[in-house]
Parts: sequence; C-alpha cells; structure tokens
Amino acid sequence: MNPVDVAVVGGGVVGCAVARRLARTRLRVALLEAGPDVGAGTSKANTAILHTGFDTKPGTAESALVARGHALLGEYASRTGIPVERTGALLVAWNEEQLAVLPSLAEQAAANGYDRCDLVDAATCSRLEPHLGPGALGGLTVPDESIVCPWTPPIAFATEAVANGADLYRGCALHAAEPTADGWELRTAAGVLEASWIVNAAGLHGDDVERLLGHDGFTVTPRRGELVVFDKLARPLVRNILLPVPTGRTKGVLVSPTVFGNVVLGPTADDVDDKSDTASTADGIAALLDHSRRILPRLLDEEVTAVYVGLRAATEESDYRLACRPGDGTVCLGGIRSTGLTAAMALAEWTAEQLGAAGLDVAERADAAGVHMPNLGEAFARPYQDAERIAADPEYGTVLCHCERVTAGELRDAFTSAVPPADLDGIRRRTRALMGRCQGFYCSAEVASRFARATGRPVDAVLAGAAP
Amino acid sequence: MTQDVGVLVVGGGPAGLAAAVAARHAGCAARVAVLERESETGGIPRHTVHTGYGLREFRRLLDGPGYARRWSARAHAAGVELHTRTTVTEWDAGARTVTTTAPDGIRTWRARAIVLATGCRERPRSARLVPGTRPLGVLTTGALQQLALLPGAHVGRRAVVVGAEHVSFSAVLTLYHAGCAVTAVVTDQPHHQSYEALRALAAGRHRVPLLTRAAVTRILGRGRVDGVELTDLVSGATRRVECDTVVFTGDWIPDHELARRGGLVMDPGTRGPRVDLRLRTSAPGVFAAGNLVHAAETAGVCARGGAAAGSAAAAWVRGTPAAETPPTDVECEPPLRWISPNAVIPGETGTPQGHFLLRSDAWARRAEVTVAQGDAVLGAWTRRLVPNRPVHLPDGWLARVEREGGPVRVSVSGTGDA
Repeated sequence: MNPVDVAVVGGGVVGCAVARRLARTRLRVALLEAGPDVGAGTSKANTAILHTGFDTKPGTAESALVARGHALLGEYASRTGIPVERTGALLVAWNEEQLAVLPSLAEQAAANGYDRCDLVDAATCSRLEPHLGPGALGGLTVPDESIVCPWTPPIAFATEAVANGADLYRGCALHAAEPTADGWELRTAAGVLEASWIVNAAGLHGDDVERLLGHDGFTVTPRRGELVVFDKLARPLVRNILLPVPTGRTKGVLVSPTVFGNVVLGPTADDVDDKSDTASTADGIAALLDHSRRILPRLLDEEVTAVYVGLRAATEESDYRLACRPGDGTVCLGGIRSTGLTAAMALAEWTAEQLGAAGLDVAERADAAGVHMPNLGEAFARPYQDAERIAADPEYGTVLCHCERVTAGELRDAFTSAVPPADLDGIRRRTRALMGRCQGFYCSAEVASRFARATGRPVDAVLAGAAP
Repeated sequence: MTQDVGVLVVGGGPAGLAAAVAARHAGCAARVAVLERESETGGIPRHTVHTGYGLREFRRLLDGPGYARRWSARAHAAGVELHTRTTVTEWDAGARTVTTTAPDGIRTWRARAIVLATGCRERPRSARLVPGTRPLGVLTTGALQQLALLPGAHVGRRAVVVGAEHVSFSAVLTLYHAGCAVTAVVTDQPHHQSYEALRALAAGRHRVPLLTRAAVTRILGRGRVDGVELTDLVSGATRRVECDTVVFTGDWIPDHELARRGGLVMDPGTRGPRVDLRLRTSAPGVFAAGNLVHAAETAGVCARGGAAAGSAAAAWVRGTPAAETPPTDVECEPPLRWISPNAVIPGETGTPQGHFLLRSDAWARRAEVTVAQGDAVLGAWTRRLVPNRPVHLPDGWLARVEREGGPVRVSVSGTGDA
C-alpha cells in the first residue's frame, strides 16, 4: 500500500465525501472501507432526504453543517446528475399538543437560519395532500426539504476521489494503528499503510476506531431504523415529505416519496447492541403500518416492495462528535446519525479547513476532475426513454429489469465503472436492477449471469453472496 | 413513425399468443402484433421444465418450454408479428396508443384494439412482510426456475418452500431436479391445496415433510440465508430450521401496472382490470385476458381466455359496436376472494371458459354457493372449496340477470369443514 498524506477510514457517505474533497488537492489520499463496497452500510439505508436543517438544535455543529451541506449537495447533485426532487415537506399536527408546538418549530427554523416555513391550517393540509388521513389539525410547510438518491452520492464521491488519484481499498478493515515519528502506521486487511493523518469516518464503528487511535471520547449505540418501501403505484398518493411533529429523541415516522418513484414509510427508532443487526422485526413493521393507517390510509392498499433497516450511529450526545487533533494527526467525524447524507460535503469542507489550519495545502488543483453519474431518478430522463442514446447503442434499448426499467447498457456501464459493484446489492445501488416490485422474479437470473460473465466469476459465487 | 395495427397484444405468454392467434383466425385483416418484453415469447411456461402442458390445445403432453415453443410457432404461422425485447413504457387507453422501448428504438403504436395479457407474479418475501435479514437465497418460484436453468448455477443444498399449492410442488420438483433437498413445505393452511397426485409425486416420493398451520416468521443469515424461524400457528411455538434457500411460492398478484396507469376500472377481488364476458375492460376497444384477470390459473386456462379476448378484439376491429348497456358488476362476498369474469352486460351469455372461475379463502367439503341479484336468487350449487385452488361456477344463470337489478352477488354458506 502506497504511503499517503491522509487515510480516510470508512467508505460511507461521509468518508467518501472527505476523500473526494482531499483528492482534489495535491495531497495523497487513501480511502479504506471494511465492507465489500462503498456506501453499503448506514449510508444505503436512510430516508433519502436532503434536509434543510430547519429542525436541528440551533447553535450545534449539526445545525451549521446540515444547512451548509444542503446547499453543497444540492449544487453538486445538479452538476453530477444525482437526482434531487424539490418536493418540500409538510409537518402535520394530529393533536392539540402537536399543533401548539408548530409555532415554536417555525421559530427554531428561523434560529437555524431558515425562514421559509409557513403555518397552515387543516384545510390547506388537505389541499396540499388530498390523501391525508382524517384528523389533521394543521401543519407547517418546509418548502426546501427535498428528496435525493441515497445511493449515488457515496459512489459519485468515491469515483471522483479515484479519478483524482485517491487509492480506494475495499474489504479493508482497520486492525491496528501505531503512531510513528511523522504520522501513523495502519495495519489493515489489505496490508500496512503509512499515513500522516487519519480521518475517522467509520460511522457505527467510529468509537472503535477512536480507541485504536488512542482516544476514548464516546460510545456508539446503534439505533435501528426500519423502513417500508411501497410500490410505485402508491406514488400519486403523496406530494410532499410528510413529517411528524418531532419528539425529543428522533425525527419520528415520516412518509415520503422517493426519487425512484416509490413511497417510503419510517423509520422506527430502537437502540440495539449489535452493530450488524440489520434485521427487520415483526413489531417494527406492524408499528410502521399503524402509523400509515393514520397519516396516509390508502397506502395500506398498495403492495410493499421492500423492507430495510439502517443503523444510525447514535452517541451519548445528540450533536456530531467532531475533533481535529494536530498533535497526533487525527480527525474524528463521529456521531453522525440521520443527517450524514445531507451534511457529508459540509463535513468534508470542515475537514479540509481544519487540515488547512493545521498546515496542509488543501487548495483544490485547477485540473481536478469531476464526474457525471448515471441518473437513477424518475424525474429525469433515463436511458430507456432516450431515443438518441438507443440509436447510438441498442444496449440502452434492451430493458432487462422490467420493474425498474434498467437496460443492459446501464448494467454494462456499472460493471465497467471505476468503482464497480462487488455483489448483487452493489448492482442494485448503481442501477436499480433487482430493487423493484418483483424482487427478482423476472430478472435475477439474467442479472446474476451477466454479472458473473462481466467479472469472470462463477454464477454460483455471485449467488452465494461471496465478494470477489 | 407510428405503427398502425389492428390488434395489439401486450404480453407474449399463453394468453397473449392465443389472443393474437384467435384474432388472426377470426379474420382480422389488419396487422396483429404481440409486444413481449422478454427475449422470447412463451411466458412463464418457458421456465417450467416439468410436464403437464398442452393436452387440450395441442393434443399431446408437453413440458413448459415445449408448450411455449408451440404457441410461439402457432402465432408465427398464423401471421402474427412477434416483437420481443419490446417493453411498453406508456400507453393511453382512450386513444389506444402505446409507446415501447426496444433495442431498435422507441416506437409509438396506434391500435384499433388492445389486449392486455401482462400476467401475474408471486408476492416476494418483502410484500409478505416477513421480517429478518435480507440475505441471498430468498427466492420466488419464478426466480428459482430461471436460476435452475442457468448453466453452472446450483440453487442451493437445503430449501424451505413456503406455500403448499400447485406451484409450490412445481418448485419442489425444480429443486429436486437441481439437486437441492427440500427440508420442509410450509403452509399456514390446515392441509396442502394441491391435488393428491401432484403432492404425492413431488413431496411423497422425496419424503418432504409438509408442515401445516405453520409460517416462516423470520429470515436468518447474512450474505446467504442460513435458516428460517418457523412458527407453529396453533401453539405459537417457534423453532429454527436450517436451510440455504427459501422459496416463496404462490400468493399471486396480477402484473396490473399498465391496467392501473391506463385508468381502467379495477376489480377489488382479482386486483386485475374488471372484465365482462367478452373480456372487455372499462375502456372501449381494450380487452384483458390470462392471469392478469385471474391470478393464477394454468397456462391452458389462460390460453382459452386469451382466445376469447382475441376473438372479441377482432370483432371490435370489424366494427361490432360497443355495448350500449352498462355492465353489471359481479361481486363476491368473503370468504370468497374473487370471481372472473366480474362484470356482465345484461343480455349477454356464455363465459370464456364455459364457467366462472372462483377462489375461496375458506375450506368446505360441501358449501352452497349462491348467485343472487337483489332478492332474486339466480342459482345455487354445492361445491368443494379449497383455498388457492380453482372452483368452477356454472354460467347458465346469466340469462336471468336483470338490467336494472343492481350488482350480482356471489356468496357462500356451509364453509369451515375441511
């Protein structure tokens, strides 16, 4: 492993964003991901919302970084081809107590620098959301809350980092870290790496990595969030992100459209012990469906396409656990629970500023490369709709995944990309193939066999879930 | 450039191919085209390698792929255009225009009649809300049968099959042919719902335990499934069963996306478009057939319904005017789940199959099935009811349906005994 100036530990959305930012400088950068792929942990299983930060706690790091990240990712997404839909959000009050809280939420938004919230009455709620369940008393609009593709950002960041010379190591768990005269020696699953600086972006394992680095500031308690995805035929039922009036601990259960044209319901919030416990539960699913019975009853008539679970990296404090320690050459980006996707680019910017203050040259190179990513969003043209593209390459007219209308050309592009999928789940996150209502009834054999051919692996290995 | 056709069939399975052939045989002079999104026509039977197909249509016993090939050949011989790898992406039911994507480009089609024959699928694990992890190795019969046909693929070593209807035992046969042992066939019902002969062939010979009144309540394992939690629905007791493959079978849902996006009136029972005796939908000139309107029946039943839809479509193209009388709904009461067809134009008689197709959620050795319109009983029959298995209901009462009599209701009494 080639020595680097900065080793970023953790290939989630935050780590990838940091690697991208630093790879655009003259610094040598390595990105280490323990799992088989980037963006495959907590980053793949969230509510996929680009938050304004209107409801964060004023004065916190999260408040500032979410607001900044909202602008940065929104701009990056439009430049890079990451789908974002500016749906807006509507907080709905279902009882007098919640109704009474709404004005203070508008004030909190203003304290966070967001002044576009409006209090609306029950009739307006029904007009904005004709399928809302009965009993809504009033609401608060947040016009700039948006939905974003949750899967493309980490892949885009990693791709751009690699394009600008970063070394990406997947399947590369960090076993030990030894301080040296001028930095660190990292013992990893892929060998020994020398780095001057280490950025801890290990998410759920952020506390473990902190301890490897000789710090003991916090403990991560995974907070499990179960989410239910409904069929695309449910999409016309909801226009805005429907938010609950938040309680102290989490944002509560929301109903939101997705950029893939589905509707997502969730998350639950249960503290668990096991950092790999991504199993859904009967109680969790039942609780979510109960919520939807009230918020959007007609949702229950539609088919469920998927149930998934994300683990948020909660710590003893609700705010981010950020630190830059020039003394030992470490940066910690910890305790980033549910706003990591939105804040990722702002966290990368913050990291660059801190490293700059510590004496590193973090100016972007004039020749730093950008990337353009395949569009996975329903609101933008996809290859199967693009006559010119099909005429130039018939593979873009060969629809293989019927539920999601993914073409042979898109699969091929994913297989040959700079950061290719490691497994079927990686194909799903890069193309949408296999994520639809039939869950592989029609195309799983075809996709598995094309992936096996493209990677020179036996079909059996693909189906067994083995990483290459 | 817009393609002008007489009859445009969406879906090239048994129902769609039979519809196209029937449209040609009924003298449709204009083009008859089938749009099939897969790489070849034939539909689901292409992947079911066991025998049992074709006696009625081809007077010989065929396996699924052979049956699919024969239908494709018959359509070709009848002068039907078969457009494979052609996906319908949008359509307008009122204008009868369709947009497709295929390797040779994006096309618009304008048809005088459209037959929807988009089939059905099995509900996957997620739609059944089975909790647990999300490992590989959790399949439907459809996915299993395609994987089993892949060169070099081994589906697994030990499987648990969820469901105990016909298709479940088809999955058992596929697993055995693929060298995968079946640890258990699990059904929440008190008995299996297949015919004894098929069950004996599939499960008896291979000594597969049939676990009744039981359910898979959790999926276990990371990477690849390594077991399931099985719950005894009577005692509530749970236990872990080791397996590397779980096949969710049956629990059909029509592939009704086009029908719904086209704004067709849907039947709450079948969840497919409402169809009358000539398989007309609520949109003039748009017909529907096969497992889109009765998920799921055998390929032979689908082909017969498809033929009826194709003939009706050809008649429409020839200029048979739309019915002037609005349809009367045929509704079922629980525990009946659905009936197909589910609308009647008063004055018309005869069903595509020679009888109505019915499904029950309850068991009965001898139940009385009653058809009534308002207070008038149109007919009553004694039937054996088995969930997930076809029940046939005679159609001789159709002549007695009154124009102003309100919906026809089909109800059942005497259920509960197995």
